[in-house]
Amino acid sequence: MNSSGDAVLSLEQINADEQLALAAIDGAKSPEQLKQIKIEFIGDKSPLAKANQKLGSLDPQQRAEFGKVIGAAKNKVNQAFDEKSENLDREKDASVLVTERVDVTLPSRESLTGGLHPLTLLTNEISDLFIGIGYEVKEGPELESEWLNFDALNIPADHPARTMQDTFFIEPRDSKLVLRTHTSPVQIRTMLEQEPPIYVICPGKVYRADELDATHTPVFHQVEGLVIDENITMADLKGTLDYFAKSIFGEDVKTRLRPSYFPFTEPSAEVDFFFNGRWIEWGGCGMVNEKVLTSCGIDPKKYSGFAFGMGLERTLMVKYGIKDMHDIVEGDVRFTQHFGVGKR
Amino acid sequence: MKIPLSWLREHVMLPAKFTNEAISDAFVKVGFEVESISLQGADLSGPIKVGKVVSIEELTDNKKPIRYVGLDTGEGKTRFVICGARNFKVNDLVVVALPGSVLPGDFKISARQTYGKLSDGMICSAKELGISDDSAGIIVLPEGKIGSDAVELLEIKDVIFDIAVNPDRGYAMSVRGLARELAGSLNLKFSDPASLVYVKKYDSVKSNKGVAVKIEDKDGADLIYLRTIDQIDAKKLTPIWMQRRIEKCGMRSISVAVDITNYVMLELGQPLHAFDADEIHGAIRVSSGSKFKKLTTLDKVDRAISPNDLLITDDSKPQAIAGTMGGLNSEVNPSTKRIALEAAHFNPVRIAKNSRNHQLSSEASRRIERGTDPHLAAIASARATKLLIELTGGKLINTAIAGTLKKPLSIKISIAQIEGKLGYKYTGKQIKDAFTAIGAKVTASASGYTVVAPSWRPDLLTASDLCEEIARLNGYALIPSKLPVGRTGAKLAQMQQRKRNVAIGLANRGFTEVINYPFTNQEMIDLLGFTGDRAKSFRMMNPMSEQMPLLRTHLIPGLLSALQLNLGRGSKNVALFEIGSVFRNTTAPVTPVMPDTGKRPTAKAIAQIYESVPKQMLFVGGVMTGEKVKSGWHGAGRKFEWSDAVAEAISIIDSTGNSYEILNTELAPWHPGRCAEIRVGGKAVAHAGELHPRVCVNLNLPERTCVFAVIISELPVLAQSTSPKIWNFPAAVQDVALVVEQQTSAHALKQSLIRGAGELLESIELFDRYDQIGDGKISLAFTLTFRASDRTLTSEEIAKFRDAAVAMAVKDHSAVLRS
Repeated sequence: MNSSGDAVLSLEQINADEQLALAAIDGAKSPEQLKQIKIEFIGDKSPLAKANQKLGSLDPQQRAEFGKVIGAAKNKVNQAFDEKSENLDREKDASVLVTERVDVTLPSRESLTGGLHPLTLLTNEISDLFIGIGYEVKEGPELESEWLNFDALNIPADHPARTMQDTFFIEPRDSKLVLRTHTSPVQIRTMLEQEPPIYVICPGKVYRADELDATHTPVFHQVEGLVIDENITMADLKGTLDYFAKSIFGEDVKTRLRPSYFPFTEPSAEVDFFFNGRWIEWGGCGMVNEKVLTSCGIDPKKYSGFAFGMGLERTLMVKYGIKDMHDIVEGDVRFTQHFGVGKR
Repeated sequence: MKIPLSWLREHVMLPAKFTNEAISDAFVKVGFEVESISLQGADLSGPIKVGKVVSIEELTDNKKPIRYVGLDTGEGKTRFVICGARNFKVNDLVVVALPGSVLPGDFKISARQTYGKLSDGMICSAKELGISDDSAGIIVLPEGKIGSDAVELLEIKDVIFDIAVNPDRGYAMSVRGLARELAGSLNLKFSDPASLVYVKKYDSVKSNKGVAVKIEDKDGADLIYLRTIDQIDAKKLTPIWMQRRIEKCGMRSISVAVDITNYVMLELGQPLHAFDADEIHGAIRVSSGSKFKKLTTLDKVDRAISPNDLLITDDSKPQAIAGTMGGLNSEVNPSTKRIALEAAHFNPVRIAKNSRNHQLSSEASRRIERGTDPHLAAIASARATKLLIELTGGKLINTAIAGTLKKPLSIKISIAQIEGKLGYKYTGKQIKDAFTAIGAKVTASASGYTVVAPSWRPDLLTASDLCEEIARLNGYALIPSKLPVGRTGAKLAQMQQRKRNVAIGLANRGFTEVINYPFTNQEMIDLLGFTGDRAKSFRMMNPMSEQMPLLRTHLIPGLLSALQLNLGRGSKNVALFEIGSVFRNTTAPVTPVMPDTGKRPTAKAIAQIYESVPKQMLFVGGVMTGEKVKSGWHGAGRKFEWSDAVAEAISIIDSTGNSYEILNTELAPWHPGRCAEIRVGGKAVAHAGELHPRVCVNLNLPERTCVFAVIISELPVLAQSTSPKIWNFPAAVQDVALVVEQQTSAHALKQSLIRGAGELLESIELFDRYDQIGDGKISLAFTLTFRASDRTLTSEEIAKFRDAAVAMAVKDHSAVLRS
C-alpha cells in the first residue's frame, strides 16, 4: 500500500476545507458573490474536488473511508450553498423588485372593445344547435325570383301577400324579382337541388313593407327549418320545436301549437312558447304542403316533411328583454358591445 | 270578427259554468285567435231609464244652442235635464241616466247647476253608454216602456269576443261558423241557423213582375238568387234587438232594409245586397267591366271601371261592384217600395281583385274573398226575405235563379295517411267526431274513411286538409313530441365558417358589428364617386321611403351612416364593420319564366329561374375613426391611419389562406394617394385606406376616417391544407438594406427578394424605411431568416442565398445594396 496516502489526504485538512467553504458561503453578500464562491469552493478546482480526485491513489479501505468523509463534506457544502442561494434571491426580490411596483389597475392603452351584433350571435347559436342534430345551414339570395318566393310555395298570383303592401318589388315589374319576404325560397332551392333526406336550417335577412316602429322593421331576420324524410310526422315537428325552444329559452320553457293557415303547409300551426309567465307568439309551422313537394319533384307518397319559421328580432327581444326595435336596427355601438362575442 | 256571447249561446248549448277564458281557450284550440274579450256594460251602474221627452226649452244665450228638456221617466213628476244634442223631438223615447248612476270611464251622474238651470240627470248617446262610437247625437229609441231599465232594453250587458279568422275560413266570419267551431271544440251540441224550412216555398214564388237575373261572366259567379219583395215600408225602424246585435258585431245600424241584409250576413256568412228595384232596368246581370266606364258607389266615390272588374249591372248600366259595394243610384232609401235582393256565390279570386283594384275592403268582400257557402245563396236570401216581410210588411213576388250548385267533393283518407301525417293513433270515434263537428258526411271502411266536405268548406280538397281537421278538433296538444335527427357529419359550409371567423376576428380586434338596411340613393352613390358596376343599382317599385329607393351597391354608405349616428351620440373612437350582400345591376336581365306548379319544372326552366336572379356578392366592410391607441396617463395615443385599414383587409384575406398582391391604386371614395388594392389570383378583392378628404367634409366625418372593403365571396375556398413541417436546425438571420426609387412598392420589392432567396427562406420582414437619402430615393431594409431541414447552414451558403435575393431586387427594381 502506498504510504504517501496519509501525506495526500488528511481528515483534518478535509474538515478545514469544509469549514472554509461553509464560512465563505455564509459570508456571501449577493448572488453574484455567491457565484464566485461556488467556483472557488464547489467547482472542479475547489479543495474538496481536488481531494476527491486523489481518492484513486488510495488503497480500497482508505478509499472507502475517505470517500465517505469527502462525500459528506461535499453534501454539506452543496446544501449550504442551495440554502444561501435561495435566501439571497429572496432578499434581492424583496429589496429590488419592490421598487419596480406599478398600479396594475391603471387602464390599458387599447381604445376599443368590439362586439358581434346580437342577431349574429343568435344566428350562430341556432345554427350550432341544429348542426348538433344533423342539420345543414343553407343560405340564399336576398334579391330573389318571384317564382321561388311565391309560386313554388303555393302562394298564387292573387294572394294578398303578393301585393305592394307587403312585398318590395324590383323595377321593372316583369323582371319578376322581389326582396324575399321569407327565407322559404332557400327551402325551395334546397328541394330542387338535393334529394331527400333533407335536414336544413335557413337563417337570413328578409324584407316586408312595414314601417319601422317599436316592434316592426321592414328589414328583419328569420330562421326557417325544413325536414323532408321518410316517415316524418307532426310529432317530429313538435319535438324539434321543443328542442329549439328549450335550447334558446331554457329547460322550463313550454311550447304550444295552435291551428293556423299558411299556403305552404297543411296542417299548419302557429307556435307559441310560455316564457316569464305568458304565452308569446313565436312563429309559424306545419307539415309541408304536398303541392310544394310535387312542385319540387319530391314524391309525397314516399316522403313527408315539416317546416317552421320564426323572426330572430322577436326572439332576441324576448330573450334579452329588449323593448324597442330601434335598438336592434340602429347600430349604436353601446347596444351591440354589451353582447361582446357571445354568452354575456 | 266581433261576436257577442249572447248570440253564440243561441246556437251552442253552453253550460253556464264556462268562463270567458274557457271559451277563449276553446276558440284558440281550433285555430281562432281571440284578439280581445270585452265586457260590455260592466262599467255601467245605477238607474238608467227609458224616458219620454215631454217638453223642450231652447236656451239661446250661450255659444252653442242648448236644450232644457222635460222628461217623463215614470216617476210621477217631470224631470228636467240640460242636453246639447238636437236630434230629438217631443214624444221621442230616450235613455236617461239618473243621478247616482255611473257611466263608463267612472263618469258619475249627479244633479247639478249648469246654464243657470238645475240639470237632474243626463240623456245618453251610444258612446256615453259604451256601446258604440256614435256620439253624433243621443239615442232615440224605436220602442220601450217609460221608466223601464234601458240597460236591459238595449241588451248592453254582454261579452264580446274579437276573433281573428284565417284567410281560408270564410265561413267562420259568421255566428253560424263560429258557433259550430265552438261547439266542435267543446264537444257540445250545435243548432244550425241555416236550417230553414221555408226556403223551398220561397224558391217556388214566381211572377213576371219580379226582376230577372242572368250570369254573363261565367267565371265571376256560378249561382245567383234574386228575390223581389214588393210593398215594403222602408221607413220602419230597425228593432232594438237587431240593431244591437249589428252594433255588437262592430257594424252600424243604417236603415231597416240594409240592417236586415247585414244581420243575415253576420248570422250566416252570406253577403247580400238590396237594390231599389224601381231603379233597375231590365234584368240583373253578373258581368265583366268591359262594357262600362264608371260607377258611383254607396260611399259617393266615382270609380273608374276596369275590364277585369266583376260587376252587377242591369240592361244598361252598372249597379254594383260585385261582392264589394253597391252603386249609389239603386241604393235603398226611405221611399223605396220594391227591393231586389241579391245573393250570389261569386268566384273569390274575382272579388279579391275587385277589392284590390278599387282599394275597397268591405264586410262583404272580406267574406267572399275567403270563400262562401254556395248553398247560402238560397238560404240567406230566404232568411232576409222573411225578415223583410216581418219587419217592413213586404211581400215576396218573385224568386229568380241563375246558375247551378256544384256537386260536393268526396275525399278518401286512409288510417295510414292520418297516422303518417300526424304521428298519433286516433280512435275511430275521435276521427268521426271531428268530421261530424265540422259538418262533413263521413263513411268508414276497413282501411279508412270517405268524407264529403261540407259546402262551406272549399278549403277541404285533399287528405292533408282532412288531417288538419282531425288534429284541430282533437287539439294539437294530443300530438306527441319526438325529436328526429338528421345526417351525421353536419357542419357549416366553408364559406359560412369563413363568415363567422371574419366576424369574430374583427370583433376581437375592436370592431363592432352593425347590420344596416341595404337601401341607398343616387345622391349617396354620386357623393361617394361610385362609377361603373358600383353605380349600377336596382330600384324598388315601392320603397319604404322615396329618399332610399335603391338597393345598395356597396357597404360603405351604410357604414358611414352608422358612423355618423355613433359620433352624433358622443362616441369618439369608433370602429364598425358589417358583413352583407350588395346588389349590382350588371348582368343583362334573363327573361323570367313562371312555370306551372304541382310538378317539377323542367331542368331548363329551373336553370332560367336561377339565372334570372342576379349574383349578389358578400362583402365585409369596415370604417374606423379616432384613436386606435388611447391618449391618457401614459402619454399620447395613436389615431387610426390608412395602414390600419389595409392591415384589417390583409388579415381577413390571410385568414382564408389565400396569397395576395397589394398595390397602390386610385379608386373612389378613397384618398387617391392612400388606397391599397389587394388582389387574389390577379383579381381585385379588396380596397383599403383613407377616405377621400372631400367625402369626409361632405358627410361631416372626422378627417382621415379610414375604410376597407373585402369581397369575401370572391376569395377562393381552398382545399384543406396539410400541417407545415417545423425544422429545428438553427436559423440564420441576414439584414439587407436596399436603395430604390421612391415609387417602388415595398410589397413588390419584398416579392423579388422572396423569389431570389430560394426555398430555404423561412421568413422576411421589412424593419426600416428611410426617406432622407434625397435624389428621389428611399432605403428599405429587410430581415431575412433562412433555415434548412437537415443541417446548420454554413456562412458561405447564407451569403449565397442573401446575394441571390439582392440580385433579384437589383434586376427587378434597379435596387442598390446600401453599405
